[in-house]
Amino acid sequence: MYRNELPGYVILKDGTIFRGFGFASPGKVFGEICFNTGMTGYQEVTTDPSYYGQIVTFTYPMIGNYGASDYLLESDRVHSQGIVVREVKNTNYNHNCPQGWIDWLQERGVVGVGGVDTRALTRRIREHGAMTACVAAGENLSLEGLLEETREHPSLSGRDLVHAVTCAEPYRVSTTGGRHHVVAFDYGMKRSILKNLLEVGCTVTVVPSTYTAEQVLALEPDGVFLSNGPGDPAPVEYAVDCIRHLFGRVPIFGICLGHQLMALALGLATYKLKFGHRGINHPVKNYLRDAIEITSQNHGFAVEPPAAVTRTLERGEDLSAIKPGEMVLDSEFGPVEVSHLNLNDGTVEGLRVPEQKAFCVQYHPEAGPGPHDSYYLFREFVEMLEG
Amino acid sequence: MPRRTDIKKIMLLGSGPIVIGQACEFDYSGTQACKVLLEEGYEVVLVNSNPATIMTDPTFSHRTYIEPLVPEVVARIIEKERPDALLPTLGGQTALNLAVALFEDGTLERYGVELIGAKYEAIHRAEARDAFRDTMASIGLRVPESAVVRTMEEAWQALDQGELKLPLIIRPSFTLGGHGGGAANTREEFAQMAKAGLDASPVSQVLIEESVTGWKEFELEVMRDLKDNVVIVCSIENIDPMGVHTGDSITVAPQQTLTDLQYQKLRNASLEIIRAIGVETGGSNIQFAYNPANDDLVVIEMNPRVSRSSALASKATGFPIAKIAAKLAVGYTLDEIPNDITKKTPACFEPTIDYVVVKWPRWAFEKFPQADTRLTTHMKSVGENMAIGRTFKEAFQKSMRSRELDVKVSYPEDNGGLLALIAIPSAERYDMILEAFRRGITLEEIFKVTLVDRWFLDEFREIVEAENHLKSFEDLESLPAEELRQAKRLGFSDGRLGDFLGASEGEVRGRRMDEGIVPAYKAVDTCAAEFEAYTPYFYSSYDEENEALPGERESVIILGSGPNRIGQGIEFDYCCVHAVTEMRAQGYDAIMVNCNPETVSTDYDTSDRLYFEPLTFEDVLNIVENERPKGVIVQFGGQTPLRIAEDLQRAGVPILGTPQEAIDLAEDRERFGQLLERLGLQAPPYGTARSEEEALAIAGRIGYPVLVRPSYVLGGRAMEIIYDDEGLRRYIHTAVKASRKHPVLIDRFLERSMEIDVDCVCDGEDVYIGAVMQHVEEAGVHSGDSACVIPVVTVGDAMVRQIEETTAALARELGVIGLMNVQYALQQGGDRSRLYVLEVNPRGSRTIPYVSKAVGVPLARVATRVIAGVRLRDQDLPGWEESLAEGRVPRKRDLEHMSVKEAVLPFPRFPGVDTTLGPEMKSTGEVMGVGLNFPEAFEKAFLAAGDRLPDQGGTVFLSVADADKEAAVGVAWQLHHLGYELLATEGTHRTLRRTGIPSRLVLKYTEGLALAAEADAPTIVDLIEAGEVDLVINTPRGRGARADGYEIRRAALNRRVPTVTTMSAAQAVAQAMAIKQRRTEIDVIALQDLHPHLEDEVLRPGHRA
Repeated sequence: MYRNELPGYVILKDGTIFRGFGFASPGKVFGEICFNTGMTGYQEVTTDPSYYGQIVTFTYPMIGNYGASDYLLESDRVHSQGIVVREVKNTNYNHNCPQGWIDWLQERGVVGVGGVDTRALTRRIREHGAMTACVAAGENLSLEGLLEETREHPSLSGRDLVHAVTCAEPYRVSTTGGRHHVVAFDYGMKRSILKNLLEVGCTVTVVPSTYTAEQVLALEPDGVFLSNGPGDPAPVEYAVDCIRHLFGRVPIFGICLGHQLMALALGLATYKLKFGHRGINHPVKNYLRDAIEITSQNHGFAVEPPAAVTRTLERGEDLSAIKPGEMVLDSEFGPVEVSHLNLNDGTVEGLRVPEQKAFCVQYHPEAGPGPHDSYYLFREFVEMLEG
Repeated sequence: MPRRTDIKKIMLLGSGPIVIGQACEFDYSGTQACKVLLEEGYEVVLVNSNPATIMTDPTFSHRTYIEPLVPEVVARIIEKERPDALLPTLGGQTALNLAVALFEDGTLERYGVELIGAKYEAIHRAEARDAFRDTMASIGLRVPESAVVRTMEEAWQALDQGELKLPLIIRPSFTLGGHGGGAANTREEFAQMAKAGLDASPVSQVLIEESVTGWKEFELEVMRDLKDNVVIVCSIENIDPMGVHTGDSITVAPQQTLTDLQYQKLRNASLEIIRAIGVETGGSNIQFAYNPANDDLVVIEMNPRVSRSSALASKATGFPIAKIAAKLAVGYTLDEIPNDITKKTPACFEPTIDYVVVKWPRWAFEKFPQADTRLTTHMKSVGENMAIGRTFKEAFQKSMRSRELDVKVSYPEDNGGLLALIAIPSAERYDMILEAFRRGITLEEIFKVTLVDRWFLDEFREIVEAENHLKSFEDLESLPAEELRQAKRLGFSDGRLGDFLGASEGEVRGRRMDEGIVPAYKAVDTCAAEFEAYTPYFYSSYDEENEALPGERESVIILGSGPNRIGQGIEFDYCCVHAVTEMRAQGYDAIMVNCNPETVSTDYDTSDRLYFEPLTFEDVLNIVENERPKGVIVQFGGQTPLRIAEDLQRAGVPILGTPQEAIDLAEDRERFGQLLERLGLQAPPYGTARSEEEALAIAGRIGYPVLVRPSYVLGGRAMEIIYDDEGLRRYIHTAVKASRKHPVLIDRFLERSMEIDVDCVCDGEDVYIGAVMQHVEEAGVHSGDSACVIPVVTVGDAMVRQIEETTAALARELGVIGLMNVQYALQQGGDRSRLYVLEVNPRGSRTIPYVSKAVGVPLARVATRVIAGVRLRDQDLPGWEESLAEGRVPRKRDLEHMSVKEAVLPFPRFPGVDTTLGPEMKSTGEVMGVGLNFPEAFEKAFLAAGDRLPDQGGTVFLSVADADKEAAVGVAWQLHHLGYELLATEGTHRTLRRTGIPSRLVLKYTEGLALAAEADAPTIVDLIEAGEVDLVINTPRGRGARADGYEIRRAALNRRVPTVTTMSAAQAVAQAMAIKQRRTEIDVIALQDLHPHLEDEVLRPGHRA
């Protein structure tokens, strides 16, 4: 079994220390610690730009089982600052994955700590909320010093992390037979999204997050897509402003951070979740279709829910019984329908602005990793472009 | 959608007796369903022939029918009860088939009964091969192609014009152990094998099937509701590649080796399959074969019902599939059902787990020496254990020690021999693989012969690597504490570590305690700790944070019975569940420890805290130290807890109930003999032999025949009746070689005696008799295999009183606190009647549930109350005062009805194994028949066990040993007068002729062989095979004519002709046939009608609000 002699530590801002061993590269990294409950898809998770600025704890205790492969990447690099696991494997017996996971991480200089009681760590995060932490691997580390540094490390809230992961230049991706031109804002976009847009017949121009409405409209798009991305939506004011200018001029579809930015553009508020949603098993109800989707999720911030939801939660009543009509909000762009809710905790998972031909979801219909239950949203986007 | 209000009364079908392939998982699922339906306010009618189930406790339904699961009986119950709906998806294949039969014969329509859970069309699409293939094709999925051929021309046609492509598997039909089959890779091999297969098949028929050998096997548990919401509860990966039945495979949850995209491919297919098949509500199990080389996928099968794997998935994730399935069946949707564990989140999610689960089957080949032990696509295991660990290695090693193997695995000395054995799937395959790594055989070499995914092999390699590392330390003292902690994290037991380091288990434990290396208990919570869990379901791991904290109330630990095996099955789980329920009612926190995922006892809402752990001394003591209970109860879980009771007591753990000294006393022949003498009781003459000379001397002294067995056994393991010195020598040298260091017990075998079983409860002073049972088979057939009846039929009341008094005296003298079972041999002869004590077991016995249901007193609960300190005299037990007034030992007054228990045997699973009964137990399960008289009850039990007595005008074959001729005359006389035609072999025929009973003479099998040239005189085997015999009465006592009897019984088994192998059973059958002719329709009786006086508080499950 893989067990490095190098000591490894996870140090939480509140002073809790978990001991293990280092794997991949030695070093120290800081970020907000979170946990992901998926049992598959570790490579997709670590390359998802939304994890920028975060340390990922995998709750599934055996990570690296099937190896690593370039075709499972969600971007060209590892975005999570550090990785915490219970047991780690470096085998490569799956024919799709030629490389060992530890080797793959090592090549990219990622700091990992294994052998940790990840369940205890997860419970800690659940009880005390997401917090700044340090992952360190190496000899003769000063734990006091690391704790000090951890406490000084800035929190995620209020920071614009998008600029660190967006593309520098616009680029165009197309397949033969692309019928619709979509401009996609790259706030940290996953490859699976691009793949799905292409599959439903879009030609995509990916643009940096700072593109203005005028720059976008100059590209003459049939629709605009707002991607996922890391961190707090509130400080990404330029994007919010841009979306406000796009409303009514072009159909818009947003995912994850894109959803939050659209909500802010509509005048809704966002807030930080205690420990976020990260996994591939979250039940989301689509109130318009009266159907449940099992969804892939990755977000630490969310949109303020309508009063009907808050009331239902306070009374401990069944979220699923709320009527869609009770969840319509007013905005300067017309009525906003809350189309989806997370049935675990009532988080707003989808919005629809019929008058502006715009809709967005908090979760990840593109999967990568996770269930493919919600691919239909990409088709709906295309239908909107056609209709 | 809220629950349906248009249906009020629901009939639920159970799965009947425990058989290979259908075990107590359906008691678990049925019990959950009963609870749900009762909670939802429906009237529940339950039918199940198996009295050992919790679900047939009369409090789990309004109307409980312990009746045969055959269409005509269930139709009678439907006619009587008029249910609105029938729920057939929680009782295994038995219930599903029964529902199909009742649909097809129009019963359901006639009485307006709606099938809920799965509609007929959906069942048909899933179960009929062609319909299934077409349905799969309609959604772009494939099943392995196959064709049945009868000639070489057809074979070539199938290959050249059909869908079949090489390589192909050739399987001849009706050959033993697949003899004559194989895998054909080329046209030449195909020609050769198809020809050989056709020749080998007695019906000249061969199945040609697309080869998926070496593909990986996966299962997904899927649930769907009426609104078409679908979730996957769990994925399961079989370690063995395709070719081994999933029930015989070691399996892992969740799947370990697929990428997310590969897994999503299986998930997407599962969603499409459940929708296309049209299972509207409930759980289904879908099996896939996956080609690891190119990601090809084929669908193997889909069960449109709750299955063994659903039980495993439920225990593995904490998601109660059967419970949710029952709710969906009555109209709820997934989003309306809360997740019990988190309380706040709904059931419409996919559980995610933060541990690894390993399931290991338990086989019973030692019981069937002639059986083919290779594992194939036909399931052979009789039970399973499950283990939970934080890593695969930890779970695997825990599962390995949960097997409770009686015999150590032995390995061939040369590596070539070892690899050859590894190549064939077997019960010991993984022990052999570990041994191969120990000998330095490489991963690739092992992969080549097994095709087991290299990832798993790498895990095994790592276990051995760790072993070698540990062995490199001089001794325990020189092993650094951190190394010890790491070793424990890998799942090594203290005992194994001791082996590596030359220390005892106790020394390793001592060192561990000194270093503070103790397990932490983690919760099973469906969500990997994302939400707070309210369910107290735990497993151990050597991690840091312990989540299992003792409660505020004093606690009691009840030890379960581990994996099902022959001799220790569901009956003990029944007792444990009652013990837990009663301890809760007595105000204690009841803590359950068990490792069998099929059981009700391992349902997370049965106990206050559930520890899913191996039942070893180490694992149990760790739990005791975490919980600090008042004590541990060992008397309900069969031999498993008793095996560790002594060590626990020595470690200072209080054993509640019967003290260990009493258990030892009952097992110690010499001391127990003295006790019998003190009480003026008799045992058959006996001796204890440690060598051949001693054995022969003892046999010479007490006289043949003798009953021999190794000491300390359950289920009559290696027990035999021996008739002469030669047989005794053979036994000493071969049969018990495995346990040579233990002495052999030799008893005089009492021929022609009747066996009596008694279950009682003792509180140290008072005794309450549960029932005195009379066995149908005479002494010599293991009590677990014998039919028996309550109350006794042919024993006079004076003798019954003597038996009761003797039992009470034994219980008092031993100092029993709780349950005790005594087995007697009774030789009746008026004043010269003699009662021999054969065996005393101061613990819960296999017959407790049967007795409890037959008499309407829950003995395990009565015993638990005694253990909790409540005197029997304060329990207001039925019949207590009346008995005392009559001056007899307290017991319930005999009822008007008779209850017969019949054993169910696994012989059809083991071609080539002789079907005679003997002192070694072979049955896997039991059924109960209830009637107003013995023959009626016996016939029902016979029917419930799967045998049908012939109708009038049928043909009965008789061939009996000389000693049975006298009794045979009586039986033959009766059958003749009932209008049956009799066939007999020469000796029996002569006897019948002399007594004026007409019979047709038929040739013995061996006679037929001798006459082969003349050919056309059919032998009895020919007649049976031609379907011309409806009942076989063949007693094989003694050792003569062994081959003949064997061939007759084998032929009868193949043709499913009921076979009786003892005269006493033949007499019962004859009486039952007489009754069957007289009655016009079968009478059905609900338990609630049998025991109308049942006090609610006696049986009401003690669920606290």
